[in-house]
Amino acid sequence: MLKDRAAIVGIGQTRFARQLDEPEKTLACRAVLAALDDAGIDPSEVDALASYTMEETDEVELAKSIGAGDITFFSRTGFGGGGSCATVAHLAMAVATGQASVGVAWRARKRGSGVRPWTSTSVQLPTPAQWTRPFGLLRPADEIGMLARRYMHEYGATRDHFFNVALACRNRANQNPAAVMYDRPLTREMYMDARWISEPLCLYDNCLETDGALACVVVGAERARDCRRRPVYVHAAAQGLPAQHHGMVNYWTDDPLTGPAWAAARHLWKHADFGPQDIDAAQIYDAFTPLVPLSLEGYGFCGRGEGAAFTEGGALELGGRLPLNTGGGGLSEGYVHGFNLINEGVKQLRGTSTAQVPNAATCLVTAGEGVPTSALLLRS
Amino acid sequence: MTDTTATGGLLLPWPDADGEPFWEYARRGELRVQTCADCGLRRFPPRPCCPRCHGFDSRWDLLSGRGRIWSFVVAHPPLLPAYAEHAPYPVAVVELDDAPGIRLVGTLTGSVRRPDAPPDDVDPGRLRIGAPVQAVFQTLAPGVTVPRWALTGPADRTAAGGRPG
Repeated sequence: MLKDRAAIVGIGQTRFARQLDEPEKTLACRAVLAALDDAGIDPSEVDALASYTMEETDEVELAKSIGAGDITFFSRTGFGGGGSCATVAHLAMAVATGQASVGVAWRARKRGSGVRPWTSTSVQLPTPAQWTRPFGLLRPADEIGMLARRYMHEYGATRDHFFNVALACRNRANQNPAAVMYDRPLTREMYMDARWISEPLCLYDNCLETDGALACVVVGAERARDCRRRPVYVHAAAQGLPAQHHGMVNYWTDDPLTGPAWAAARHLWKHADFGPQDIDAAQIYDAFTPLVPLSLEGYGFCGRGEGAAFTEGGALELGGRLPLNTGGGGLSEGYVHGFNLINEGVKQLRGTSTAQVPNAATCLVTAGEGVPTSALLLRS
Repeated sequence: MTDTTATGGLLLPWPDADGEPFWEYARRGELRVQTCADCGLRRFPPRPCCPRCHGFDSRWDLLSGRGRIWSFVVAHPPLLPAYAEHAPYPVAVVELDDAPGIRLVGTLTGSVRRPDAPPDDVDPGRLRIGAPVQAVFQTLAPGVTVPRWALTGPADRTAAGGRPG
């Protein structure tokens, strides 16, 4: 069993901005070196690397740039943002089973100043995009918007529920000087008057487009006790590719509103000493606001169809039932394919978040919902 | 931003071996889905073998093309230029009457008699989840035909050749 046998002992990040001048590879190196420095571990000790697809800096480039030693474990998880938490899961498994001793996971992206992935029309459309994009459904926002409208139709969710998600993230970003939206408050009027992107989703239902990089360092529990920072243990980890799932566009299962979160959650809680009611803070992947109510249901914080109502009454704010995305998340801190959610989870459990939940001891971190996903239960 | 000038900037289907028959039938104006030749399970998207009985033989069953809107979005910019010129336009996911659980994406037209209408032909305000639609076929480029969805009332369904059922 993986339980608490590995820990995150270092985190690092670059600045987040709409545009950073340095190339992605440079940003990746800066974030990784910062994470190793935070851990107090020399880069020559790194022997495991984990990343996820749509990462431009490969293992060879990173290892030789930072001066890593011999790498004996490296993995790359598919499906973009669905793989964020899987990097830590793979490293935890590697160090817990003796395949490696010091693991580094990272993500560097120039999404703010680079091209949007969906604007490339010359590459072959991967299954299942070939069954949607030629039919006029071009962008991830359209694909999730489709599920969002169906969700509203089936369960009475409203735009106010999606606003609750956007607002909670923005409020936390307003407390986080590193967040892109640090000095930009959001009001209900701004949200309701915003331009549409893909109805029923408006501008503020969409994540930011950000340049930046983050990394973290994973070692075995024994070594973690000797590191510079308080260890944050990987209590449980899971990946989720549910039966008959189809990827980002999951319109062909019996129930498209039951996404990969459900499969990941079943595994996660089965291996945990605590349950959803014991989670002090949640970092839930928020490329689009509707993913949050869907994830709240999938990870068992409420029943099927109750995710929208769960967001009412300030539940996702500090002091609420489940403080959400306490650094601002992809919606308001920066969209770095969910890696900032991992590092924010670590900050909460170290007690160093800019929106600290008092005495936070447990945190759920999730990766992209809708795509084959992954999740972590972290504890202090 | 766009790099397929030969196709007017549209995203055209790029079929793989499993999906090619779907597009071949679409060129003939037929909506067909892959069906296991051994156990009869209909499956979409197409794939090499049956997830239920693991048979590798399949046939392509002709469907009526009748369905109901399962959900829809209205796409606004930023979009690829070829799409932005018609924005905002609605796109629907349609659940097929004779193959529940198989849902196809497509743009909408106001009538079965206007298969080539622009994507913004239908006022999104007219759309409702559950509204009946009928598959029609639009030629996007030479040799490339995609199904899309025409809003129908009961009379339109007869005009479209929809069989009672």
